[in-house]
Amino acid sequence: MATEALHENETLASLKSEAENLKGKLEEERAKLHDVELHQVAERVEALGQFVMKTRRTLKGHGNKVLCMDWCKDKRRIVSSSQDGKVIVWDSFTTNKEHAVTMPCTWVMACAYAPSGCAIACGGLDNKCSVYPLTFDKNENMAAKKKSVAMHTNYLSACSFTNSDMQGCDKKAMVWDMRSGQCVQAFETHESDINSVRYYPSGDAFASGSDDATCRLYDLRADREVAIYSKESIIFGASSVDFSLSGRLLFAGYNDYTINVWDVLKGSRVSILFGHENRVSTLRVSPDGTAFCSGSWDHTLRVWA
Amino acid sequence: MAAGPAPPPGRPRAQMPHLRKMERVVVSMQDPDQGVKMRSQRLLVTVIPHAVTGSDVVQWLTQKFCISEEEALHLGAVLVQHGYIYPLRDPRSLVLRPDETPYRFQVRLWGAVPVLLAIYLAKKNIRKQGTLADYEKECYDRLHTKISHAWDLVLMQAREQLRAAKQRRKGDRLVIACQEQTYWLVNRPPPGAPSVLEQGPGRGSCAASRVHMTKSTDFYKQEIEYCRRAMGRTRVKSSVCLEAYLSFCGQRGPHDPLVSGCLPSNPWISDDDAYWVMNAPTVAAPTKLRVERWGFSFRELLEDPVGRAHFVDFLGKEFSGENLSFWEACEELRYGAQAQVPTLVDAVYQQFLAPGAARWVNIDSRTMERTLEGLRQPHRYVLDDAQLHIYMLMKKASMSPPSRALSAHALPTLTLSQGSAFPTWLGPPWPLSCQCSVLSTHRVQRRRTGPDHMLKKGQVSI
Repeated sequence: MATEALHENETLASLKSEAENLKGKLEEERAKLHDVELHQVAERVEALGQFVMKTRRTLKGHGNKVLCMDWCKDKRRIVSSSQDGKVIVWDSFTTNKEHAVTMPCTWVMACAYAPSGCAIACGGLDNKCSVYPLTFDKNENMAAKKKSVAMHTNYLSACSFTNSDMQGCDKKAMVWDMRSGQCVQAFETHESDINSVRYYPSGDAFASGSDDATCRLYDLRADREVAIYSKESIIFGASSVDFSLSGRLLFAGYNDYTINVWDVLKGSRVSILFGHENRVSTLRVSPDGTAFCSGSWDHTLRVWA
Repeated sequence: MAAGPAPPPGRPRAQMPHLRKMERVVVSMQDPDQGVKMRSQRLLVTVIPHAVTGSDVVQWLTQKFCISEEEALHLGAVLVQHGYIYPLRDPRSLVLRPDETPYRFQVRLWGAVPVLLAIYLAKKNIRKQGTLADYEKECYDRLHTKISHAWDLVLMQAREQLRAAKQRRKGDRLVIACQEQTYWLVNRPPPGAPSVLEQGPGRGSCAASRVHMTKSTDFYKQEIEYCRRAMGRTRVKSSVCLEAYLSFCGQRGPHDPLVSGCLPSNPWISDDDAYWVMNAPTVAAPTKLRVERWGFSFRELLEDPVGRAHFVDFLGKEFSGENLSFWEACEELRYGAQAQVPTLVDAVYQQFLAPGAARWVNIDSRTMERTLEGLRQPHRYVLDDAQLHIYMLMKKASMSPPSRALSAHALPTLTLSQGSAFPTWLGPPWPLSCQCSVLSTHRVQRRRTGPDHMLKKGQVSI
């Protein structure tokens, strides 16, 4: 028995060193093709002008922390979910509430709008994704019509659950092939847990926001991190990130209640937005890029433009 | 125990990097040479040594981080909320006032939190009966039960501290009282008050699973396997990738409302939804910018209902439309309900792929073979290969009109009177049969043309 254990330890040690070795070689390979930095290339790009962005709408109605939100394809409707288990559909242009559903669980951590605009999906600690068709008949009990749908065959793939096994547990950002279920690429340059990831509009890159107070840009073709968005005065983690339509701007919501706007190409901060009274938990740009919406633990949502 | 908030149980300090960063800032603020100016501050008739003013704090932060005063005020406020700096005036309210209000830096405390809290509450209780708030009283009773074995020590400590306090100067007494009050306000906020220590629910379970993941042989085998696969990847030079961002952003910039604005106005700013009306999914007259987008990529054209309608029209005249129908059916399969998969796959096969099918699509034999093989076990991605083949076919077909060589063109000015409706990758001037007579554009205010200028059929003005 003792010899078995010894053998096991040796195998473990040799495997570990082989893994370290390969990782080192992989880094070398990646570095070979890195011939220029983004901010160098971006030097010849015109700087952006002064940005004046303000809160244009405030949506009040949730009784507790807002955890997640999503835009409808019609560019003005929004669905949001909160810690008190309520999911609300708003016409954010008029700030009217159109639907409200109470979920059986608290911490409704994700919600999304169907591309058709006819249904919403939401889920949370009950580990289920429930789909609610939206009806304008006030007498219909929306909750009675809900259907539970399993996660991976969910049409509403926009529903991103804060899967702590994938995102929060790690400083790693992983890209998965949905068909094979395999991890295709992994990036581990953040110093703390990653809270949010979002694709760059061209699909060739993605940005991440982390507890280490930085946002980073990773290129999928170059297979490396290509930019870091950070500032010494920004101390709190970024909870959610999203790109503007052209990918020139990166909006990031932070745990110190602020939103920072970054010039993706030049790497500089364009603007800092105050307004929320507690941490920003979710942020999405509208489908036509005319505004973005932020949800916060201060129970409100704000639309900025 | 550090000066700032004690992390909630189950969440080690290492996982809260913002606390470490704040501590570093506060330490440099207290540097004798480079830190914030410390002096004796006057509070009514009492003199408090080693204090700073709110405005000095804001000034120091502004200079140190090269930020605006607004941002410095925000950052300072955050430090106060976390108890790293505490106010000497009005200590119940943890705000940073950018004026002569005096503040001091929190010091380290020693001992277990429950014991310290018990001593603090006991002191309050002894000093003046009935000063404990309801939630404090509840807490006090709970602690009494919890550390009943050490209760006499708690009371002894409390009495000792009160006795020592009596012998201190008024200034010191005030300082210590404020310090303690702030510390407990941060670490044990009253019910209803927001706690700066609160974290989301996801993290709790995270800590547990992190401990769970012992580095077994399986873990390393997975890592090795991943590294080997990754080594074989084709990578692209950074310069190429980065240039791609520049051209993408450059191309899309004018179409990004938050970067370049939008005409006639951004609905959120002007409260006028004219922009949305003009850009509705199906509109008779798409705007110039919208038509320009169709030229960015084939996908942009297909995803725009108006664009797709024009393309269908075009296909109908030049080629048969079964390719597009097949492509649409594949999309429906990919994104449709799981329960529909078998039915859809069957329908697609019958309509497009079966020998002699009514709308047979032309796929190369190898792809067809693979697809038919895959149809034995249908899933939502089973038609991917075939769909891609047809997509490339459509794209190529739309780029090279029959018997016409394509000449490279810059994006044509849409002022052509012949009504060259489609963007560049569709080639130079079309035969008139493809003229899109529905194109028009919103008028740009600055380019006001004369009153008798009429938009002819097919003519577009910038």
